Amino acid sequence: MSAFLLKRGATFIATLVAASIVIFLVLEVLPGNAAQVMLGPEAPPEAVAALSQKLGLDRPALARYAGWIAGMAKGDLGTSYAYDTPVADLVDQALTLTIPLALIAMALNTVLGLALGIFAAARHNRLGDVAVMALSQVGIAIPTFWFAILLILLFAVELGWFPAGGFPGWDAGLWPGLRALILPAVSLAIVQSAILARVTRSAVLEVLREDFVRTARAKGLTRGAALRRHVLRNALIPIVTIMGLQFSNLLVLTIVVENVFSLPGLGKLILNSIDNRDVVVVQDVVMLLAAMVVAVNFIVDLLYAVIDPRLKLREL
Amino acid sequence: MSELAIFPARAVRHRSFLVGAALTAALIATAGVSLVWTPLSPYVIDVPHKLQLPSAEHWFGTDSLGHDVFSMLMVGAQNSILVGVIAVSIGLGLGTALGAVAAARRGWVEEAVMRLSDFAFAFPAILTAIMLTAVLGPGIVNSILAIGIFNIPIFARVTRGSAKVVWERDFVLASRAAGRGPFGITLAHVLPNILSVVIVQATIQFANAILWEAALSYLGLGTQPPQPSWGRMLNDAQAQLFQAPWLAVFPGLAIMLAVLGLNLLGDGLRDLLDPRLARGR
Repeated sequence: MSAFLLKRGATFIATLVAASIVIFLVLEVLPGNAAQVMLGPEAPPEAVAALSQKLGLDRPALARYAGWIAGMAKGDLGTSYAYDTPVADLVDQALTLTIPLALIAMALNTVLGLALGIFAAARHNRLGDVAVMALSQVGIAIPTFWFAILLILLFAVELGWFPAGGFPGWDAGLWPGLRALILPAVSLAIVQSAILARVTRSAVLEVLREDFVRTARAKGLTRGAALRRHVLRNALIPIVTIMGLQFSNLLVLTIVVENVFSLPGLGKLILNSIDNRDVVVVQDVVMLLAAMVVAVNFIVDLLYAVIDPRLKLREL
Repeated sequence: MSELAIFPARAVRHRSFLVGAALTAALIATAGVSLVWTPLSPYVIDVPHKLQLPSAEHWFGTDSLGHDVFSMLMVGAQNSILVGVIAVSIGLGLGTALGAVAAARRGWVEEAVMRLSDFAFAFPAILTAIMLTAVLGPGIVNSILAIGIFNIPIFARVTRGSAKVVWERDFVLASRAAGRGPFGITLAHVLPNILSVVIVQATIQFANAILWEAALSYLGLGTQPPQPSWGRMLNDAQAQLFQAPWLAVFPGLAIMLAVLGLNLLGDGLRDLLDPRLARGR
């Protein structure tokens, strides 16, 4: 186990370092002078020089990169140029929205996707299966942000059950906060669950054909019992793979959905920062999101070993 | 009969392939027709006639600046196809080459290509687009590049996976015995045998490219006005949601039908081109 963990852990760290280098190169080195980007092409040279000095851009690139990484390790993400506040505070604030939103969406997606997928597999080629598959084919084709707009149209504009956007903050209480996140979470989850349902169905069908399932049935297990005891665990690998991808997807799609609902999360922060040409914030938030995606992949890799111990041995 | 000769006969009996092909043909035809004709100009601003309901003159109504929505949708199809074709070509060209090399060379080359593609997954299209926009400003080129770069590891993985299977086959061994090198074998045997898998993947990625382009344009990171794009139209529509809710319906439907068509076409092609793959589903 420890050799497996070590190898995976090393890959994880290496990927993070590579990601930070790419982000640093694209956002700080490629454009020449980030201060120029922030102030716009018409800015007077004195202003650019002053901002360069304030941001420490006059130092050599390697020193700046080292400073950025060292700062992040200490939780110091620099100072936002547009808001003149520590980026760490902005990010902390945004995460109190984005993380719950992604988790609620992921939970909804998991429940819906797995339930529909197993239901369809259990009714292979019957009406229920065909209906679920047709629905999921349409679901996959729906753009998440359009679905979000339609939900606003129905549940906020027509029925008035939920707010059309905005977030009262967790200080306003748990329910008002959750209420503002329900439509965004549903819009994220429905489209993803269409994908999860398809993968779950085909994974379960694949395992149902295996000899050991026939043996279990021959031994007298009912279809349901065989499904619960033997099929699901064996179908988990492709399901967990796709769920890992989906969680990364959801994190990124929150950028879109937060903007549909005007929610002050990471996605709103990063787009506002682009409008403000606030490169410091863009750099930190992109790094944070990329790190989250890499971390999710790492966790999925570790889960493989838990689900199927054989994989671990094959790797070594 | 050869595989190619029975293809049409099997294709006309495959329902989802037919629906997918029809929707995709409609998408291409719409874009093609819009090059020479639209009911009205999608660029003419006519503020006195803004936010009109669908009528004989404006089939799908007008937007907040009085643009004819139907004409904008038609021209928007061009935009989606343009982004899809270029972004998929970038991914297909580079990704397939990398995947084929990885399968042919094995060892550290394969390891390097795979690590690189693992790494690329850390940068979903939206993150790349955000970085490019922060540096270069918003525009359609960013979204094409971002989606294209995101496609590279996807094609690399698919190609490597299926190419490795072909490399195990006896006819490859025979070809090696006859003195052909890895490059020659890749061209003569591997690529023709994985063509169907790559075509299917390209169709699916085309659909995904349309989805991502719409999302990026919706966020203001992609196609810029006055060039009509479905994602931007939805952004404008959202601002008018209380006065003109119907505006939010048509662009979304257009995206959905285009994506649905390409996905069905891809699934259908998978069944038709490689019946072995279809058996498990």
